[in-house]
Amino acid sequence: MSQHTFLGYRRENGRVGIRNHVIILPLDDISNACCEAVANNIKGTQAIPHPYGRLQFGADLDLHFRTLIGTGSNPNVAAVVVIGIEPGWTQRVVDGIAKTGKPVEGFAIEQHGDIDTIARASWTAKKFVQDASEKQREECSIDELWISTKCGESDTTSGLASCPTVGNLMDKLVPLGATMCFGETSEITGAEHVCAERAADEATKQKFLDTWGSYNDFINRHKTNDLSESQPTKGNIEGGLSTIEEKAFGNLAKIGKHTKYIDVLEPAEEPAKGPGLYFMDTSSAAAECVTLMCAAGFVVHLFPTGQGNIIGNPIEPVIKLSANPRTVRTMAEHMDLDVTGIVRREMDFDQAGDALIESVLQTCNGRLTSAEALGHKEFVLTKLYRSA
Amino acid sequence: METHFLVHNEVDKVGVVVVEGITAGQTLSGWLMENNDTIEIKANHDIPIGHKIALADIANDDTIIEYENDIGRAVAAIAKGDHVHVHNIKTKRW
Repeated sequence: MSQHTFLGYRRENGRVGIRNHVIILPLDDISNACCEAVANNIKGTQAIPHPYGRLQFGADLDLHFRTLIGTGSNPNVAAVVVIGIEPGWTQRVVDGIAKTGKPVEGFAIEQHGDIDTIARASWTAKKFVQDASEKQREECSIDELWISTKCGESDTTSGLASCPTVGNLMDKLVPLGATMCFGETSEITGAEHVCAERAADEATKQKFLDTWGSYNDFINRHKTNDLSESQPTKGNIEGGLSTIEEKAFGNLAKIGKHTKYIDVLEPAEEPAKGPGLYFMDTSSAAAECVTLMCAAGFVVHLFPTGQGNIIGNPIEPVIKLSANPRTVRTMAEHMDLDVTGIVRREMDFDQAGDALIESVLQTCNGRLTSAEALGHKEFVLTKLYRSA
Repeated sequence: METHFLVHNEVDKVGVVVVEGITAGQTLSGWLMENNDTIEIKANHDIPIGHKIALADIANDDTIIEYENDIGRAVAAIAKGDHVHVHNIKTKRW
């Protein structure tokens, strides 16, 4: 289907991005101020502040590095300035991002102070953003596009219409070679047996069941009640979702009717088995989940919502669709695609899926999403446990 | 004719109201999506948009079927046409 092309930015490693960001990435919480000062000095760059990076250890530290390196490596990013309190871990992030071949340089604050660091990093950021501004878009094909999906502030209209719309897109684009990803491990609960059957082979099925089981054990270990108002959320319940099982079946409608997932990824792990659908082990908290998928290399995100989650991401554009007539009326500025026609029996899933494909291609070509226009840049690291 | 509620599958015990302002006593028209049928039911309560309506009588502790699957259990007797939500059904997990 030759009409499924878009104008993207081809990066040094061959991957294709749809945005051309130059980011100022802190290694740790205490380097946020420097990063924000550099981004303020050099127009067209953006700081990615976050609250962690000190005294982490083990798997939690691995995830921290994987997420930061993955964020800088995302093809929507043209170049990266990394700033950390000390040079060792700062360089570790620089080296990880440098494997993509893109421009990246690190600065450490110790023995310099903020002001000197801001000056040095600003010179580099200025060069990076001017060089990036010369980069031209070129025609790319759908099999070069990496698309992630999760839903949020879901309600029953999510399972009836907006999630199946994503599923319709998935059933059409994965056979054309797109790379896609879904996740939200705890939110498969109640439908895990159905999700397990959608694995492409026995080993992947077992990997999924082990991943889900581990998350479920973790919840059971720490819960103090039936998770009412947390999963489902208070907003989900307001929207008519009564149980986690009901929410899970609606969530799972995002993977369509036929598509099978070919691997199960760790949080923020880059897919390595080629085009196809992947499951990623994530929480269902929107900003955490999108941040992890962005760090795995996905460049555009599909976000069905019922009650109206307003999330965005600083690097991966988030496309919102809703089938709730009240939400598209009261929160219109947050919506990119209205699929309420489905619940009025005026639009079928094929039409809705095609409209979503069109919306994705527009976004890939450069049209800002509602979340981008409104300035939503939620970057939220997943922390596995307490720091040392 | 206006569609007031949607039902995923023929075996489901609940449908979902997709319009605002449904009031007790109103006769509702529903779309059974699996086979494209139209069904009618009378609402016993005011039911907000997105919330469920019982398509049959459901005894206390019975399993609630939606998406052809188990989505929890009744924690009260539910009559056909009743509002179905957290006050009368509950998860079997967690």
